[in-house]
Amino acid sequence: MQGWTRRAATMGGLGALGLLAGLPPALAAIDQLQLFVPAAPGGGWDQTARTMEAVLRGAGLVKGVQITNVPGAGGTVGLPQFVNQWKGRPNALMVGGMVMVGAVIANKAPVGLQATTPIARLTGEFEVVVVPAASPHQNLESLIAAFKADPGSVSWAGGSAGGTDHILVGMIAKAVGVDPRAASYVAFAGGGAAQAAILGNQVTAGVSGWGEFAEQVKAGKMRALAISADRRQPGIEVPTLKEKGVDVELFNWRGVFAPPGLDPEQVRALVRLVETMAATDAWKAELAKRDWTGILLTGEPFAKFVAEEVVRIEGILKGLGLA
Amino acid sequence: METLAALGQGFLVALQPTNLLWGFLGVTLGTFVGVLPGLGPALTIALLLPITYTVEATAAFILFAGIYYGAMYGGSTTSILLNTPGESATIVTALEGHRMALSGRGGPALATAAIGSFVAGTIGTIGLTFLAPTVVELALAFGPADYFSLMILAFVTVSATLGSRPLRGLAALAFGIWLGLVGVDLQTGQARFTFGLLELLDGINVIVVCVGLFAVGETLWLAHRASLREASVVPVRGSLWLSREDWRRSWPAWLRGALIGFPIGALPAGGAEVPTFLSYWLERRLARRPEEFGKGAIEGVAGPEAANNASAAGVLVPMLTLGLPTSATAAIVLSAFQSYGINPGPLLMETQPQLVWGLIASLYIGNLLLLALNLPLVGIWVRVLSIPQPLLYPGILVFATVGTYGISQSPIDLLLLYAIGLVGFLMRLFDVPTAPVVIGMILGPLAEQELRRALTISQGDPTVLLTRPLSATLLALAVLALLAPVLWRRLVRRNLAGG
Repeated sequence: MQGWTRRAATMGGLGALGLLAGLPPALAAIDQLQLFVPAAPGGGWDQTARTMEAVLRGAGLVKGVQITNVPGAGGTVGLPQFVNQWKGRPNALMVGGMVMVGAVIANKAPVGLQATTPIARLTGEFEVVVVPAASPHQNLESLIAAFKADPGSVSWAGGSAGGTDHILVGMIAKAVGVDPRAASYVAFAGGGAAQAAILGNQVTAGVSGWGEFAEQVKAGKMRALAISADRRQPGIEVPTLKEKGVDVELFNWRGVFAPPGLDPEQVRALVRLVETMAATDAWKAELAKRDWTGILLTGEPFAKFVAEEVVRIEGILKGLGLA
Repeated sequence: METLAALGQGFLVALQPTNLLWGFLGVTLGTFVGVLPGLGPALTIALLLPITYTVEATAAFILFAGIYYGAMYGGSTTSILLNTPGESATIVTALEGHRMALSGRGGPALATAAIGSFVAGTIGTIGLTFLAPTVVELALAFGPADYFSLMILAFVTVSATLGSRPLRGLAALAFGIWLGLVGVDLQTGQARFTFGLLELLDGINVIVVCVGLFAVGETLWLAHRASLREASVVPVRGSLWLSREDWRRSWPAWLRGALIGFPIGALPAGGAEVPTFLSYWLERRLARRPEEFGKGAIEGVAGPEAANNASAAGVLVPMLTLGLPTSATAAIVLSAFQSYGINPGPLLMETQPQLVWGLIASLYIGNLLLLALNLPLVGIWVRVLSIPQPLLYPGILVFATVGTYGISQSPIDLLLLYAIGLVGFLMRLFDVPTAPVVIGMILGPLAEQELRRALTISQGDPTVLLTRPLSATLLALAVLALLAPVLWRRLVRRNLAGG
C-alpha cells in the first residue's frame, strides 16, 4: 500500500512535469480518477459514473477510475463528506444534479452545491406528462381544462414529494394559474409503483422522466400528452408543453463537480478531461442507448447555471409549500 | 402451445454449458449472500453490474436470477439454526424453525424449508410461464385503497405472533410502526423523528433492524446467561430427514404458501414479507394441533418458506410483462437491461424472446440446482449447532457488523444496529416478542402511505375503502379473520352446553 501510494505520487509528479513541458495537459494531469457518487449503486448518478468509467478507460483518457458510493437523502448525506474530506483533491469528481439542488433546499442541508467547484453539466432527461390509455383526456388542453376547473379532482402520480416530478407539476400549476398546493399530487417510491397506478387507471395523470415511460407509451399503454423539453425531440411524436401554451421547460440534469480548494489550472484540467470524454463516439453511443440527452455546459457558464437553478428551484419548492 | 415452444427454446439457451455454469455460480453466490446477515441480493447484483460491460446479456441475467433465487433459499438457514434472520422475509421462519432446531429437529426444519422452497419456486415459475398476462391484469386492478385494506388484513396476522401476552406484543408492534415512520414523509417531504440527522432522512433500513434485533440481540442474550456452556442445545435428535409425519404435515403448507406467495408477489406493492405473515397465520389457524405453534411446528416453517419463494417468482411477473420494477432487486436488474441497450417494457417478451424465455427456463434449472445444492448441505449446516456458543456467536456478531456496514458504509447504521440490538436483548429479558417489531415496521408505513394516496385521489372521502369492491372484500376478510375464531368458540361452547 505504501509502495503504491509512493508510485502514484511519483506519477503525479511526472504529470506535473509533463504539464510544464507542454504535453497535452488533460492527459498528463489526471492518471487515477476518483468518482464520488452520493447515491446507492444502480441509480441514475451511479450509472452516470459507471458509464464515465467505461468511456474514459476505453478511450485511454485515464488509467484507472475508482468509484465511491455514499448514499442517502437525495445526495445530501454524501455532499458534506465530499466537500470536507475530499477538499483539494485534483483528481476527484462528484456526480450530482438537479435532484440534489432540490434535496439540499427541502432537507435544509447545511452544505449546498455552491460549496463545490462545478465542472460540467453532462446529460439531461426531459419529463413527460402521460394519462392512462383508457383516459378520456386525448390531449393536454383537455387535461389542463379539467385541472383548472377543479384542481383537486385531477390526481398526478410521480416520485417523492419535492422531487423532479413534483416540481414539474408545481410549475405547470403555476403556469396555468392554479395554486400549486391545490394539486392532488400522489407520491410513489420508485418508478414501478407509480407506473402500475397509471397503467391500472388509478390516477388521472402521471409525470416522470421520458426514459421511464417511453416503452409504455410506445406499446400504447399510456398516452403521452406533452414533454418538458425546450423543443420537439427527434423520433418522439409528442408536443412540448410550450407548444401547448404552457410556458414550462424542465430538464432533470446531471453533471460533475470537483471538490473545493483547487487552483485554476487544476480546474481547467478537469474541464478539459470531461470535454474530451463528451466528444468521444463511445460517450455519444452510451447517450443514445440510455435515452439521455447530451446538454454539455462546462466551467464558468455551468457554475452560473447552478447558481440560477438554486434560486429557481427554491422558488418552486416554496410555491409547493416545501421550503 | 406457443408458450411451450418458446419455453423449449428457452431451455435450449439455458442448458448451454456456459449458461449452466453462470446459473450454478449464481445460485451458489446467492445461497452465500442469503446466509450472511445484512447482505442481500439487491446489493450483490448492484455490485456485479459492471460485468454487464463484458459478459453477454443472457449469461448476466441467468447469473442475476440465480443470485435472486439462491438468496431466498439461504436466508432461512440462519433463521432456523441460530434465530438470526438476516432479512425481513425470513423472520417468520425463525419463529418455529429455531424452536425445532433447539429440540434437535434442525435437520427436518432445514429440509422442509429447502424442499418447500423448491416446490413453491417451481409452482411460482410455472405461474410466471403460463399465467403472467392474466395475473398482471389482476395486479393492476389494485389501487391504493385496495392495498390499504390488504395491509389491514395482514395486520390481523400479527395476532399469530403475539405469544401468550398480547399487550407486550402490541407494544412491540407499536415500536415497529414508530421505527417505520422515521425519515422523510413521501407525501409531504417533511422529516419525521430524524432529530436533525441527515443520515436518518431516508428512514431506517429494515435489514438493520432485523439484524440488530435478532443477530445482535440474540448474541447479547446468550452472553448474559452465566450457564452458557451447558446450554441445552441438542444438535441432532433422530433423523436428519423428514419423517412420514413431517411430509404429511408439510406438503399442504407448501401448496398453501405458494398460492398465497405468488399472487401477492406479483402485486406491484405486495412484497415478499406480507405473504409470509399471512401464511404463518393461516397455518396456525388450520393446524390440527395449534398448541404446537410456538414450540416448533413444522407447518410454521414449511408455509412461510414456500410463500417467500413463490413471491420471488411473482415479482418477476410485472417485471417481465410490463417492465415494472416492484422490488429493490428487480429495479437493479432492470438497470442492467439498460446497460445492454434493452428497454424493458410491455414489448420485452416480443422484442427479446430469447432473453426472456432463457431467463425463465434458467429459473426452473436454478431451482433444481438449489435443491441439489441445499439438501446435502443440511447435514453440514446442522453441525453449526455443535460449535461451542462462545465461539459461534462472536463470529455472527462480526458478520452482522460487516454486513450492515456493507449496505451503506454509514457509521450511523452501525450505531443503530447496536442500539437496536440492545433493545432486542431487553425485549428477550422481559419476554416481549420481537417479530411484531419487524411486522409493524413493514406494514405500518405501507398502510399509512396507501391510505393517504387513496384519500388524496378521493379528495378526502374515506368511503372509497368500502365502495371499491376489492377493498371492501379484503376488509370483510380481515374482520372475519379477526372475529370468526372467537364466534366459533362461543358457538361450540353454546352447542356443548345446549347438547
